[in-house]
Amino acid sequence: MYPEDLKYTETHEWARVEGTEVTVGISSYAANELGDIVFVDLPEVGAAVAVGESMGSIESVKAVEELRAPVTGTVSAVNEGLADTPEVVNSDPYGEGWMVKITLSDASELAKLMDAAAYKATIESGS
Amino acid sequence: MLEEPLVFARSNPGAVACRLPQCDVPESPVDSLIPPEQQRQSRLALPELYEWDVVRHYTRLSHQSYGVDVGIYPLGSCTMKYNPRINEDMARLPGLAEIHPAQPAQQLQGALRLMLELERALCAIGGMDAVTLQPPAGAQGEFTALACFRAFHRDRGQTQRTRIIVPDSSHGTNPASAARCGFTITQIASTAEGRTDLDALDRALGDDVAGFMLTNPNTLGLFESGVARICEMVHTAGGLVYCDGANMNALLGVARPGDMGFDAMHFNLHKTFSTPHGGGGPGAGPIGVKRHLEPYLPVPRIVEKPDGTLGLDEDRPKSIGRVHSFFGNFGVLVRGYAYILSHGPEGLAEVTRRAVLNANYMRHRLEGAYEIPHPGPCMHEFVLSADRQKAQGCKALDIAKRLIDLGLHPPSVYFPLIVSEAMMIEPTETETKRALDHLIEAFLQVARECEDTPDVVLHAPTQAIRSRLDEVRAAREMVLREEL
Repeated sequence: MYPEDLKYTETHEWARVEGTEVTVGISSYAANELGDIVFVDLPEVGAAVAVGESMGSIESVKAVEELRAPVTGTVSAVNEGLADTPEVVNSDPYGEGWMVKITLSDASELAKLMDAAAYKATIESGS
Repeated sequence: MLEEPLVFARSNPGAVACRLPQCDVPESPVDSLIPPEQQRQSRLALPELYEWDVVRHYTRLSHQSYGVDVGIYPLGSCTMKYNPRINEDMARLPGLAEIHPAQPAQQLQGALRLMLELERALCAIGGMDAVTLQPPAGAQGEFTALACFRAFHRDRGQTQRTRIIVPDSSHGTNPASAARCGFTITQIASTAEGRTDLDALDRALGDDVAGFMLTNPNTLGLFESGVARICEMVHTAGGLVYCDGANMNALLGVARPGDMGFDAMHFNLHKTFSTPHGGGGPGAGPIGVKRHLEPYLPVPRIVEKPDGTLGLDEDRPKSIGRVHSFFGNFGVLVRGYAYILSHGPEGLAEVTRRAVLNANYMRHRLEGAYEIPHPGPCMHEFVLSADRQKAQGCKALDIAKRLIDLGLHPPSVYFPLIVSEAMMIEPTETETKRALDHLIEAFLQVARECEDTPDVVLHAPTQAIRSRLDEVRAAREMVLREEL
């Protein structure tokens, strides 16, 4: 449910770290809680993003939630396909449902992200 | 119930519902007014119907609808109280209904007097020093007040005050209005008891803060018991405090935001003061302010001249300007004024006492069947969580749909955002114990069904004109126009 090779934030984003490139999406828990997702609003390629700050939004039939950057850096790619098929965030949150790739500027921030076990624990404690 | 086609599909070529009298002024040919290249070439396919076809079409549609004239409407945060008919009688008085806003002020003395008296009544109800009636909705009232905050700070050279703080329980309009007004927004978490976290507020305050927006009672239906301390903290930091008056139905005649320390607030005449709403308008969102914000209120201001007549003062150099044409939604103002006069101070206090009693009665009766995440007592509304039912497979949305099958309007669901599987119930004061008991029994029945026969809940509604709607498709493939 929470892949071991990913890092997680308290605000339910996941991050896949490959060198200096960080791919970001939302966890299966977040996708399930939001319910059917109808729009995903993503930043422009080249935009500067700061750790913990909003870089986009995710709208479901229930609510609109912010997508927060897990690391500081520059947006190197966004998942253009989500404009037409946002439902893949529900069906494949860790694969086709990825949202943003960030070239990170401060690798020390990665240490503050949770591993899968710690993330699972925060959800089960109800936070 | 039979399907009702669109009025366009009922068109009957050649049918007319009214015949216009002979034109008694010289007619101008269209070609002399609009260049040929800008004229429509195809025929405008407006529906052609007899008067009875039109009346029957809309009456049939009304049979498929649900409103406060049909039954209890416990939509939390929306104050769907009954709209007394005396309001409508007053709004139809020819002297009020047939005037034109462009008439000179000396011909509008009665209307201006009504508006001035309404301003004064709202000042007294809110504990404010001045009121403008111009904003036509609550969110625009927020925007207007925040524009006054900005003007106030700029006037004092405090141009660095560009940030607004909101709690995470706030109505979505609060941060939206602040952003629209050019502010950045800081959201602070609530305490486990569902109140503003004073430590979080303290950390968020600074000399760049223009103000704090608070709904009291908040969207959990709980009184912000720290409100006096909150106002003091924000004021000490140089900021102003805004009261989202959406929940005034819990305070009328009993407590006043002005006395709690708020600098400004809005009133929703279309909620608290019983003017019709729910169809997207028209509304009225007057704002009240303390003396220090009065110079910034929108123009024109109604002023009483030495001879006792009323005039309109446009000469307010510090005013933020107009926020609406003419005088706001005047017809709504008349209805709200009629409501205030027909109740009087003691009647309004009784409204609040009954609204709070009704909510607490329902809350008490439902607390065994549903989880209530924040301890009571509540004010005029309360929030249940369907977490227990979700574990059984039925979510808040399913419960809401099942209530439709039982002939009832569902509560608000999934708001406030800080309660999972939230169901927000506001019965209002205009329901008898019998009506409340009927609603309670329905909620208890659905809770039992979630345990025993969840399929009944998951497939609801089956008794309504429409079954479960495809909300994803409705959001993504909107059909907003009919090609004519």
